[in-house]
Amino acid sequence: MSRKLYIKNSVVIRDSKIFRNEELLLKTNEGLSLSSFLKAIYKEQNLKYPKFFKMDSLSKLGYLGVEILSKGNIADKQTALVFANSTSSLETDEAYAASMKKFPSPSLFVYTLPNIMLGELSIRHELRSENSFFISESFDPELFIGYTKILFQQEKIENVLCGWVDLHNNDYDVFLCQIALSGGTDFNEEELKKLYLPTHE
Amino acid sequence: MSDLHTELKKSIIEQLNLEDMEVSEIENDEHLFGDGLGLDSIDALELIVLLEKDYGIKLTDPNQGKEIFNSINTMADFIEKNRTR
Repeated sequence: MSRKLYIKNSVVIRDSKIFRNEELLLKTNEGLSLSSFLKAIYKEQNLKYPKFFKMDSLSKLGYLGVEILSKGNIADKQTALVFANSTSSLETDEAYAASMKKFPSPSLFVYTLPNIMLGELSIRHELRSENSFFISESFDPELFIGYTKILFQQEKIENVLCGWVDLHNNDYDVFLCQIALSGGTDFNEEELKKLYLPTHE
Repeated sequence: MSDLHTELKKSIIEQLNLEDMEVSEIENDEHLFGDGLGLDSIDALELIVLLEKDYGIKLTDPNQGKEIFNSINTMADFIEKNRTR
């Protein structure tokens, strides 16, 4: 049975800005390095999660995006995670490869897969749910819609968190949205593109 | 507190990304793992790398780790006795 789905909340992190439900939440100095930008969000949002500082930048982006999207609390522990990006964990892979010339870094090595981010999110929010990470050349609404619909058709879940979290050469692009059975706008390709694209470019 | 103790605390804070933690907040006899500083298994691997990189000590028996990495005091004792640089 196909159930009607809705986009309940969304977050965009791009070009030194954060938007929640299309409203500008935070704008930082554009000259900040990626690590300073991520730390600035953490401080500004008054987050208290020391493990954040041990994460690689990709996981930090995912963590911060979900904290802002969920306002720090994912109540439904069965919320499924459907994430994707185009560059996998390349940024960390390269850093780890560089460390191998002298002393391979264990703490870098553990982040050399993009789905580690989903593990971090599941630990943080105590999720016991389905999670999948896809690699796609560019943001692909059909991918998220297709997989999310399958999950809902199984009638085992009531919430899905979809995420595009991409990072390469310090260039980041984050778009997250919560999909549910009620509230918000229709979950379709047009709406997803509209939410993803406004501040893009 | 010896220079080595302070140096170790600084290295641990930096290498293990213990953001917002100060040297003065780590006690010499405080447990590094478990209830103390709360380090995890990946941190243990980083400490093994730190021993080799900074002091030229290669741990051959992983079972030694539990004793050596008990606290700053035990780490410093082990380094003093085994350092090659």
